Amino acid sequence: MSAPSIDAPRSFSGRSMNRRNGQRSNFELYSWLFMRISGIVLVFLVLGHLFIMNILDGGVQRINFAFVAGRWASPFWQVWDLTMLWLAMLHGTNGMRTIINDYAERDQTRFWLKMILYVSAGFIILLGTLVVFTFDPNIG
Amino acid sequence: MAAVVEEVVVTEVDAPVASDVTFRIRRFIPEFDEEPHWEDYTIALYPTDRVLTALDKIKGELDGTLSFRRSCGHGICGSDAMRINGRNRLACKTLVKDLDIKKPITVEAIKGLPLEKDMIVDMEPFFAAYRQVLPFLIPEGHDPTRERLQSAEDRARFDDTTKCILCAACTTSCPVYWTDGQYFGPAAIVAAHRFIFDSRDSGFEQRLEVLNDKEGVWRCRTTFNCTDACPRGIEVTKAIQEVKRALIFRRV
Repeated sequence: MSAPSIDAPRSFSGRSMNRRNGQRSNFELYSWLFMRISGIVLVFLVLGHLFIMNILDGGVQRINFAFVAGRWASPFWQVWDLTMLWLAMLHGTNGMRTIINDYAERDQTRFWLKMILYVSAGFIILLGTLVVFTFDPNIG
Repeated sequence: MAAVVEEVVVTEVDAPVASDVTFRIRRFIPEFDEEPHWEDYTIALYPTDRVLTALDKIKGELDGTLSFRRSCGHGICGSDAMRINGRNRLACKTLVKDLDIKKPITVEAIKGLPLEKDMIVDMEPFFAAYRQVLPFLIPEGHDPTRERLQSAEDRARFDDTTKCILCAACTTSCPVYWTDGQYFGPAAIVAAHRFIFDSRDSGFEQRLEVLNDKEGVWRCRTTFNCTDACPRGIEVTKAIQEVKRALIFRRV
């Protein structure tokens, strides 16, 4: 009488435990640090932005084309808005990247979700930067 | 004679009362079951009984096929980590009186490691991560002719992380580990912390290479599940944060 054959136990996910060795990269360290620093800076930039736009004299009612044109005539507001755009986009993109890393289980899903994320983030950053720098108050 | 007997009657209030407790156990026997399923077992237990006692009783009296790991039964060997009422604990350190016995008590295997049978999981991925952080003393220079001395303050720096019993309760409570088995997990980082902050050890550079990896400490989201789960009361998340700080400043 032969022993019953027992299949190997079900293994956890498809990916194996082998790790890349010898490749040193501080990318995750810097991205972790960037999240902390940009987060602190964004608190001031975004809250300041919301305060100026929504509460100071008249709030949203006074925002129109002339208001925006007037603001962007000053390099200070150009730098403010540009910094806010870049930090917010990179902070958000990096956050989404870690969420995708945490929750997408298959390598293919990860890859494509990240591609969509990077392309859309790059598009918004480029478009925003272009508008801040090439804004023409005499348009139309 | 009758009067003497009456004197030693124990009042009923003092006597411990056994009551029926229902355990809802997640069973999986690979030879018969396609998928794990829940089964109920009801047994009489004293409030001071441990969940491990309950499992022993169920195995001995109700269903001999129930499988689980146990060894010392006193919270030292770390064999019987399991999910009791949805929380990772040691079955031998969980008393019935600390659980709500009006509802069935759920018992299942720890999550995130391959399930082999009932409460038994394949611990190999867990120990593979443990081995990668080099959990041993890496000294520098010549071996001294006497013991390596250390001040009480230096010893206190890593005292918390010496308590680890490798039960895997922390690693298998980590949501990042559940979805990504590549992450080293809290237990391996605790093991690394034990040596990184040891003044006699100089293997920081080698361990740094491992912990600074894509799947190293930066995957930690500080959800504190590991600290809550640790049956030894190690502040696991704090240890992970200390390793992060050491990595950023390149200094222990």
